[in-house]
This record gives sequence, structure tokens and C-alpha cells, in this order.
Amino acid sequence: MIAPMSVSLLVNGEPVDAFVLPRLNLADFLRENLKLTGTHVGCEHGVCGACTVRISGEIVRSCLTLAVQTQGASVETIEGLSDSGEIADLQAAFRERNALQCGYCTPGMLMTAQDLLKQSPTPDREAIREHLSGNYCRCTGYQAIIDAVEATAKARAGRSS
Amino acid sequence: MKAAAFAYARATSVVNALELLAVHGDKAKVLSGGQSLMPAMNLRLLSPDVVIDICDLAELRGIVVKGNVLVIGALTRHVDLQRSADVATYAPLLRDAIVHVAHPAIRNRGTIGGSLAHADPASELPACMVTLDATIVVRGPGGERRIAATEFFKGIYETALSPDELLVAVELPIAPAGSTCFFQEFARRHGDYAIVGLAAQAVVKDGTFANLRLGFFAVGDRPLLAAVAGKLIDVFVTPASLAEAAAALVEELDPHEDQQGSPAMRRHLAKVLLLRCVAALLARPELDTGAAG
Ligand SMILES: Cc1cc2nc3c(=O)[nH]c(=O)nc-3n(C[C@H](O)[C@H](O)[C@H](O)COP(=O)(O)OP(=O)(O)OC[C@H]3O[C@@H](n4cnc5c(N)ncnc54)[C@H](O)[C@@H]3O)c2cc1C
Ligand code: FES
Ligand code: FES
Repeated sequence: MIAPMSVSLLVNGEPVDAFVLPRLNLADFLRENLKLTGTHVGCEHGVCGACTVRISGEIVRSCLTLAVQTQGASVETIEGLSDSGEIADLQAAFRERNALQCGYCTPGMLMTAQDLLKQSPTPDREAIREHLSGNYCRCTGYQAIIDAVEATAKARAGRSS
Repeated sequence: MKAAAFAYARATSVVNALELLAVHGDKAKVLSGGQSLMPAMNLRLLSPDVVIDICDLAELRGIVVKGNVLVIGALTRHVDLQRSADVATYAPLLRDAIVHVAHPAIRNRGTIGGSLAHADPASELPACMVTLDATIVVRGPGGERRIAATEFFKGIYETALSPDELLVAVELPIAPAGSTCFFQEFARRHGDYAIVGLAAQAVVKDGTFANLRLGFFAVGDRPLLAAVAGKLIDVFVTPASLAEAAAALVEELDPHEDQQGSPAMRRHLAKVLLLRCVAALLARPELDTGAAG
């Protein structure tokens, strides 16, 4: 069908039903149709990471995912992670350490960093660099971002022990 | 940029996917993880009329051991390879290679079938298939074909697959007891496509190679199973014989020029990898003198 197709999914826990063209990618669907503009679009070919979202709990590139592919899926965006408080400490650490300047990369960085911290509670700087290797930042020079993620990991480890 | 308009169909079975391919022929593209197809469509390098999504074909997903072979379904994602205990045990080369394939968010979607069908000469998995002597299993209107990995890759983005066929699985002989492997690549940044890479597997007995397979990538239009390995098997390797092998290796390569490196630089880096590989596999650090010439 080149014509619009129906798609039903959960976005940040809320059911969404829509009619979309097959060519519409998930990033544009979130931004244009749902006005969730926290998901940024940089390159549209998978290289920059600004469009990173979670589908079924796993991080993916929303510019390389078609909206119609999310039929029945649960999509979480930066708005969802932010509003639920899941990454409040990580956001605070980014702010404290100047790990953002223009903020264009920040939603994708936060999504990817939180993904790492869920899988590996005490990553070293090398592991942090590796996990964030697919996310470009044109402002900070990365060191402050690594600092913020490392500090959050240590603080969380301290809290849970 | 955004992809041009296309029709989308979600295949319900392998048979259904083959029917759709038969109807639409080369106007259709199979969508697996989308991590190479979608960038190409967004850049308008490709504009298929129909996209056939195979994501629901559970029969193509999964990793199983059958006797002496490890069978990996085409839809198995890079992240599944990374986490699989069977891959770590029976194909440790793949475990070592997979973390060099792109970045976490891309490994969560990208599949082995997609990577092999895409056949980027700088990508890791095709070279591993050649080194491990894999068989690529494809299905088409005429039934199943089994193609040796060494015959499957035909050129840049070119394979033995025809447009009406689906890659369904790969079969890897399980690593022989006592075998060892080596994987290294040069890349600008972790997860980028390689500038030059080497995926090797060997059996070492009493300090010499009883078997050695060297799969180089990003040194030509397809992965290269280097013939020079033959010079290093069943002989005691000396710095002189290794230097000779390195010189012969250069003759086998046909590297391209791009923003990342010149052919001369790629030839040099391939020699560096050969020395490192042989020194590591034989556990003789002195062989990696750094004098790759
Ligand atoms: C930023 C970025 C960095 C990357 N870095 C690397 C890297 O360093 N190394 C690397 O190897 N890869 C890299 N990739 C590519 C990634 O590994 C892809 O996952 C892989 O190349 C294609 O797999 P896919 O499942 O996404 O296939 P798709 O994109 O869905 O398909 C790719 C091609 O194969 C065809 N196809 C797919 N499945 C089948 C099938 N079962 N039968 C027949 N045809 C099929 C499609 O029609 C299409 O032509 C990168 C991608 C991105 C976006
Ligand atoms: S916009 Fe998706 S990775 Fe750049
Ligand atoms: S803060 Fe500007 S791109 Fe990262």
C-alpha cells in the first residue's frame, strides 16, 4: 500500500492510533504527528545518534525505523524518560558538568547512556566511550559527557550498596 | 533526506515473502534490520517500489547447534550474536568480531542476513564467513541453494543472491578443538567500517600452524581468503619467512582509494595485521617486529 496504513502502538505508555504513509520514519512521526520534538533529527542515515529512542526497551535509530514497523510496539522517547524521573540524576549530572551546550545531541546521549547504565552498572570510561561511540556531539568534546555518565554510575552504585 | 514513496508489505511466511518477490522482482527490496537499506533509501541511492518486511518470520531467527554445525538464521540480530553462549563457544571469531560492527543502537536492529546480503567489502561479518568456511543457505522459487561463502561475495554490494531469492541461514562448521582465532581492524572510531581488517582462525600444533585461514576485508571489492596462509602452514615460521609472506600478501590485495586511505596505506596496514596475527596466534611476540616495511 503506497496509501496510508493504520498503525497502533504505545508511545511513552499511551496508546496511539494513526494513519501513516509507509515512507514516514519514526523520528518524523514522533516529531511531526505527535509533536514530541525531543527526538532530534541530524543526519537521517544512522550516523549521528540524535534520533535515538527505545523500542521494547532497546535503543534504536528512529530515522532508520519506519512508523509502520512499530505496529504493536512500545516506543519510549526522551519525553517519557524525562517525565517519569527515570533519568533525573543523569540529567542533573549533565547540567552540573556542562555535558551539553547547544543540546542537539543531548536526548540521544541520555537515551544511550541510560541504556549502558541499565546493562552495566559500573562501566569504566572506556566502556562509556564505546557505548556512546555512535552518538556525535559537535560542541562539548565528549569529556564532560563521559564525566557525567561516570559520576551518575558511581552515585547509583553508592545508593544501591 | 527522506525516502521516496513506496508500498510496504509485511511477509507472513518465507513462502509468502518468495511469492511477493516473484511478483515484484527487482522493483522490490527485502527489509530486514533496515540499518543499511534505510540509509540508502533516505539518501535516495535506492528507491524500491515495494518494501517487503521480513521481521515477522520467526522461522528465520535463532542460533542452534546441529551436530558439527552452528546454524544461524538470517534474522538473527548482531546483538543476539554478541550475547549468544553458543557463538562464544563454537564460533569465537564471530564473538570477537561482532563488537566492531557499528554501535549498540544499530546492533539492536541489524541482522546477519542483511549484512551478508548487503556485502559491503569493509564489513566484518562477510570476512568471518569466508574465514570460517561458512555455507550460505538461500531459498528461491526453485527451492534451496547452498553456496560456499568463498563463492557468495561477488563484488561491492554484489552477491550470488538473485532478486527473487531470500537468504535464510548460514551454517558454520564449529571451531575445531584446540583452534584459536584473531580479529583486529583499523577504524577511525570504534564501530566504524574498517579501513583494513583481518579475521583469522588457526590450529596450532607444536608451535606451527596445522591450519590457518586469513580473511582480510576492506582490501578489495570483496572479502579475501589470503592464499599466503599456505606459506605459513606446516613450517616453522621465522622473521624472514614471515617477511616473505607479507611481501606476497601485498600482491594478492586490490585495495581502493577513499577519504580514509590510499591503496598503499591499506597494503601497509594489511601487512601490519598479518604480523600481529601470526605473532599472536603462535604466541611469539618477537615475530611482530613492527617492521612491516
Ligand atoms: C552508522 C552505521 C554504522 C555501521 N557500521 C557498520 C560496521 O562497522 N560494520 C558493518 O558490517 N556494518 C555496519 N553497519 C551496517 C549494519 O551492520 C547493518 O545491520 C547491516 O549491514 C545490514 O543488516 P540489516 O539487517 O540492517 O539489513 P537491511 O538494511 O534490512 O538490508 C540490507 C540489504 O540486504 C538485503 N537483505 C536483507 N536481508 C535479506 C535476506 N534475508 N535475503 C535477501 N536479501 C536481504 C536488503 O534488501 C538490502 O538490500 C552500519 C550501519 C550504520 C547505520
Ligand atoms: S538522525 Fe538518526 S542517526 Fe542521525
Ligand atoms: S551539545 Fe551541541 S551537539 Fe552536543
